[in-house]
Amino acid sequence: MRRAGRTRAAAGLLIGGLVLTACSGGGDQGSGGDPNAPVTLTVNVFGDNFSLPDDRSLYDEYERLHPNVKIIENRSDFGTHHQNLQARLTAGTGAADLELIEVGQVAGYVGQTDKFVNFRDQGVDTAAWTDATLARASTPDGSALIGLPTDIGGLAMCYRADLFKAAGLPTDRDEVSRLWPTWEDYVATGDRFLSKAPDKAKWFDAGGHVFTGVLGNEKETFYNANGDLIVAENPAVKAAWDLTARAIKSGQSAALPEFTPEWNTGFQQGQFATITCPAWMMGYIKSNAADTEGKWDIARIPGGSGNWGGSYVTVPSQGRNTAAAVELAKWLTAPEQAVKLFQKIGNFPSQRGTWEQPEVKDFSAPFFNNAPAGEIFPASLADAPVQVVGPQSGVIGSTFAVALNSVEQGGDPDEAWAKAMSDIEAAAGTG
Amino acid sequence: MSRTALREPSSVDRRRLAEPSDRRAVWRSRLYRWDVKGSPYAYVAPFFLLFGVFGVLPLAYTALISTTAWNTRRPGSEDVSVGLDNYSALLGDDNFWNALVNTLGIGVFATVPQLLFALGIAHLLNYKLRGRLALRMGVLVPYVTSVAAVALIFNQIFARDFGLLNWLLSPFTDAPIDWRASTAASWFAVSAMVTWHWTGYNALIYLAAMQTIPYELYESAAIDGAGKWRQFWSITIPSLRPTIIFTVIVSTVGALQLFAEPFLFDTTRNHNGGSERQFQTVVLYLYQQFWTNGRYGYGAAIAWTLFVITVVIVLINFLVVRRIRSSE
Repeated sequence: MRRAGRTRAAAGLLIGGLVLTACSGGGDQGSGGDPNAPVTLTVNVFGDNFSLPDDRSLYDEYERLHPNVKIIENRSDFGTHHQNLQARLTAGTGAADLELIEVGQVAGYVGQTDKFVNFRDQGVDTAAWTDATLARASTPDGSALIGLPTDIGGLAMCYRADLFKAAGLPTDRDEVSRLWPTWEDYVATGDRFLSKAPDKAKWFDAGGHVFTGVLGNEKETFYNANGDLIVAENPAVKAAWDLTARAIKSGQSAALPEFTPEWNTGFQQGQFATITCPAWMMGYIKSNAADTEGKWDIARIPGGSGNWGGSYVTVPSQGRNTAAAVELAKWLTAPEQAVKLFQKIGNFPSQRGTWEQPEVKDFSAPFFNNAPAGEIFPASLADAPVQVVGPQSGVIGSTFAVALNSVEQGGDPDEAWAKAMSDIEAAAGTG
Repeated sequence: MSRTALREPSSVDRRRLAEPSDRRAVWRSRLYRWDVKGSPYAYVAPFFLLFGVFGVLPLAYTALISTTAWNTRRPGSEDVSVGLDNYSALLGDDNFWNALVNTLGIGVFATVPQLLFALGIAHLLNYKLRGRLALRMGVLVPYVTSVAAVALIFNQIFARDFGLLNWLLSPFTDAPIDWRASTAASWFAVSAMVTWHWTGYNALIYLAAMQTIPYELYESAAIDGAGKWRQFWSITIPSLRPTIIFTVIVSTVGALQLFAEPFLFDTTRNHNGGSERQFQTVVLYLYQQFWTNGRYGYGAAIAWTLFVITVVIVLINFLVVRRIRSSE
């Protein structure tokens, strides 16, 4: 990037990005007419949404059932994925046939319904999902639904039983759950842990995850039900910040920003004893720190409820194979496939009907000392408030994570709060 | 030129061609003249065509966007003109000034050692060495390595917890250095990456220039009793002056547009350039506002401001160079 084209680079970067991205991706075969014509469908994801890096068996199965369909998955990191999607929607070309959108981002795309296929017109049976889950990807009047829900991020607390034992804390998951009825108790337990912790082991991975966990018990966090930005005035947000900052200042954080190489190493090296653990995190831990099998266990989340993450699969209307793409989207979000993804990766089904099925209910995670994942995650969702998400919820969340990271690096919490507020104003307010 | 002049129709020919029976010849000669006059323009046209499409057009379009309130969160905002509001907002934006200071700071940190190292390396490579070609190719290896690969290695070197550099420094420091936490440390790390990447490239340019210096100059200097050091200062450096000026200008422009290294050094992918924007450069800030925050209008204003700043700095460079030349 440096030195490329001198004066042109700065401006060219903007437009060049649009042009370049417009040239990549996208299927080019098949037509709307014949349902059996050969067709290549591209799926853009930002992680283990439907597959693991070494396991694409779900796609293989679909290709077996539909010999004319070939599926190509493209992965990129969370931020890049959503930025590219926005760029390609703006450019009107280049989007994949199926695009994943995370729940914190989806509100920003609901305002652009004309750019997506409306699943309300596609004969989708939406009975599997709650109204609240569907509402997040729908226009306010409910006439357009831009995405089908895939998984949902029920919250639990994953912990390292071996580190707990070394620090003299109980290791049994029920006893551990009783240690922290509230997040205050969780931070207090952290102090207990640190007083006897093994060398270099901290209580949690990053302040941002404690912050997210605390807010998981709230209905309104960054936006209110009317869609107004209330982050600066919301006492619940400030309380969550203060509690997290206090925990950081007492040395509980390993200060490993999420999804960085340092964070991945942290899992492998046992640099932290607990992590706010949505269901999909199970798959992440498993693929990142395979050697820690059996050292982990899963307890209830402080406060008892919460939701972090979850995704929707969309079909941009610019695609040439929207009919075939809609079929694939329907199939991928059908309860049978959702159950398989839960067992294989850990992504918890958003389809409530599956929660009572024995494949889900009785599922225990071998990697996590056979913790009854099929019971723990729905329990945290049962009383979870339906959180309001706004167009920039995702960006606001990562702004707080960055600000808490500056506290972890020794910064003053009040200054960091003030900076976060002005950054949020620029990103989500009048800016 | 002389060949084409010879083949121009002479006055005798012209008189003859004027006769109606030779219409075809007239036509041919006209084509011929057009060919001579027009073809140079036709040959350079592809460049200007491409430059127009990929250079001028984006530049103009960016200027246009920068006067709108375009924001992905507000459908229809692309048609709302705000005049120069984005620019006035930018002047009052602390984060922009912070990014500008970072850019200039990292620019100095990266460019000065880079050019000094390059000069030294080029001087050494100019000696008659065994395996000279291999060595010369060798200094270019960091340059041909992709920045992403360089960043991958440097991120390991500058990692806080299990980093190579902290391991080497551990006997001398109380606690491992968090290279992304402080401004100075992060500037050092990013500058190291830039220096690593570009030193070989500049060394090769210097080497090429050094080889044009007549050997007799060194010989007669040696006869006059000048040592190696004196020869370097009194012959090599003055002869390289135009080349040094060229590399300074190119490096300055490059430094102002520094993006890939800080982008990759910020492993959180928030494009914040550190938790408190410790190493966020102007282009990285532009990228964050444009992509992460969806502020197309504001991002375009940053791009144009950077463009103007770059032009101004290059002009200053140019004037300084001219003054040096005229004082010689």
